[in-house]
Amino acid sequence: MFTQLPLIILLLPLLAFILLIFFGKRLPRQGDWLATGLMTLTLFLSLILLVVKLGTQPAETISSSFNWAIVGSQVIGFGIMIDNLAAVMLVVVTLVSTLVHYFSMGYMKDDTRYSRYFAYLGLFSFSMLGIVLTNNILLMYVFWELVGVSSYLLIGHWYEKKTASNAANKAFIVNRIGDFGMFVGIMILFLSYSTFAFEAIFESISAGQLPFGSEGWLTAAGILIFCGAIGKSAQFPLHVWLPDAMEGPTPVSALIHAATMVAAGVYLVARVFPMLTADALLVIAYIGAITALIAATIAITQFDIKKVLAYSTISQLGYMIMALGVGAYTAGFMHLVTHAAFKAGLFLGAGSVIYGMHAALHKLHNHHTDAQDIRNMGGLKSKMPLTYWTFLIFTLAISGIPLTSGFLSKDEILAGTLAFSTLNGHWLLPLTGFLVAGLTAFYMFRLLILTFHGKPANDQVYSGVSESPKVMTIPLIILAGLSLFFFYSFNPFGATSGWFYGAIERPESMVPLILQPAAYPVFYEAVSSVHTLAMILSIIIAGGGVVFALAVYHWKKVSADALAKRAGLLYTGSVNKWYFDEFYDAAFVNGTHGLMKMLRWFDENIIDGIVNGSALITKVLSRISGWIDNNVVDGLVNGTATTANKAGGLLSHVQTGKVQTYLVYVIFSFLVLFVLFL
Amino acid sequence: MELLLAQSVIEPGLTHFLVVSAILFSLGVMAVLSRRNTIMVLMGVELILNSANINFIAFSRFTELSLDGQMIALFVIIIAAAEAAVALAIVLNVYNRFKTINLDDISLLKG
Repeated sequence: MFTQLPLIILLLPLLAFILLIFFGKRLPRQGDWLATGLMTLTLFLSLILLVVKLGTQPAETISSSFNWAIVGSQVIGFGIMIDNLAAVMLVVVTLVSTLVHYFSMGYMKDDTRYSRYFAYLGLFSFSMLGIVLTNNILLMYVFWELVGVSSYLLIGHWYEKKTASNAANKAFIVNRIGDFGMFVGIMILFLSYSTFAFEAIFESISAGQLPFGSEGWLTAAGILIFCGAIGKSAQFPLHVWLPDAMEGPTPVSALIHAATMVAAGVYLVARVFPMLTADALLVIAYIGAITALIAATIAITQFDIKKVLAYSTISQLGYMIMALGVGAYTAGFMHLVTHAAFKAGLFLGAGSVIYGMHAALHKLHNHHTDAQDIRNMGGLKSKMPLTYWTFLIFTLAISGIPLTSGFLSKDEILAGTLAFSTLNGHWLLPLTGFLVAGLTAFYMFRLLILTFHGKPANDQVYSGVSESPKVMTIPLIILAGLSLFFFYSFNPFGATSGWFYGAIERPESMVPLILQPAAYPVFYEAVSSVHTLAMILSIIIAGGGVVFALAVYHWKKVSADALAKRAGLLYTGSVNKWYFDEFYDAAFVNGTHGLMKMLRWFDENIIDGIVNGSALITKVLSRISGWIDNNVVDGLVNGTATTANKAGGLLSHVQTGKVQTYLVYVIFSFLVLFVLFL
Repeated sequence: MELLLAQSVIEPGLTHFLVVSAILFSLGVMAVLSRRNTIMVLMGVELILNSANINFIAFSRFTELSLDGQMIALFVIIIAAAEAAVALAIVLNVYNRFKTINLDDISLLKG
């Protein structure tokens, strides 16, 4: 049950990939039904697995492995590990992937590489499920890179566009930087414990073995592995790839940037949580907080509907990472799950809006208006009612308004950070958390109002917009349902009593006692004592954000332009994304260019000089040898030939061709010999 | 005088034979070298062969070689016959090829 079923779940999307990449073009409807069908099947199998797991063995970690490769005396296992974390994550991934498959059938309808698109979705789902299911950090790294490749393929799906292919490159390269750190971390663990299996590593650590016998190395290994998460989960300072990755098709953004690829980083941290020391966790918490704040401040000034969502995703991922860092493990993971649902919904909703805008612009033969710019929208509420109402629910959820799933998870995270600061005194973390909560509510409602309310920016375009087909709206409705509180806990004001908190428990820390973060009971008590306060604060702050957004954009009590002017430098910085891209351009891209130029100079002057010098010497030598050849050697050869020729010419007169002349010669010679010798 | 003459006729010595042979040889050589007609050249060759024959016979008669010389002379006659057959066949072919048997005109080997 727990051996074969996960393998089937893992391999079905791969099967879809293989079938579609080879036979996609020849299948009816380019095989979209095949990919979608297999993915739906995977979703049902995952649901069965989750229900059975929670129903029969809620506390067990079921691990099965076989030998995959034997290198010398080292056995590398290929294993499946099913615990509640993996089971829940499986459902999240397959659910979002399935809905994205359905949505894509509408959104990508007339795409030139339709079957290939679905094939890549399959490959991506396969890699992602691999990360979730493996029990072994090396294999996780392998699937991790596969996710990188397939996201590269999906982001660059419209590679004819220069921006899209650049974005794909950027996503891949930036991810590689993080993955390098992760690989070093894995190697530290492997050198110390000569195993890749999570459980074996944790056992060795809890038995008191430290990498290279030092506590610092354990912290370093944890932070290095977290580097992988920094890349994949778009954390500061490697968050720059995610907004650019919006160049990919919008359903891809929903899949990659809501539920799966970016969640992989969070999942990784959750997986290795038992081996993280308090220091490593503190670094993780601060990285998460910085990311959440930076991304939220950028999101409030963006005008591209997908860019706003991209920065909001980075910000929410920062939340999750911060939650894991402060020890609010369950809250962080729960936010991953709830966020997967409502952010996938937001992206698909944005996709629906873009689809409608695009169709309207296409009808008008208007190709210069940006279909993704919210300044060109407005008033779409009446034109796309289903999209609007679902979008509203997602917005409420991400803003943390009560009765939604987002409220439950975000509230727990904020309580966690508050508890952490009461225990350890890092008060910047809860401060950032609450500030970001307010910012989130503000920018999300700004997006909602500018897109769906108010007056249409262009009446012609507005009249052409219509609701998207059912295949696109039904996934939205499903996700909207999943963004309500009762799926996670029957108490709308507290997640701790729900099944989720029962199923996902913070694992015990395996590191030596002095390096451990605050023990769970202590932490839990602190959380309970601040929970009500956190809840009230978060409701007030989120409400404040919503009201402010309404005041600025709906009631127009406050002018947005005046505010922007007031904010001055802050506004400029935010619009320009705090100049991260420019900084990286100047520091790394230009640095690389400079190095390249230096190397080029070296090449052109030194290496080419040597090459050209040796060529010149060869040339001179060959001139000399050529002269000798032409004059001396050829002279000798020609001289011989000429001599032979002249002599032949002279002697040829002797040959008269007359037999009798020859006979005369014979007789005379005979006579001469006769005289001479006799 | 008559007696002397008669005696010398009756008793020709080796020298007589050799002189005759030398004359014959010279005539043959002259014919080979000077005649234009190929047939005539061949006849010169026959003269040379016969002069050799005379030498063989003479030496066989006047020395102790007994019959060896005569045997060789027989061989030479046979070979001369064979040579004449081959040579005439060659001359025929030459004629077919050049429509002449004038040796001066058959000078393809001229350098």
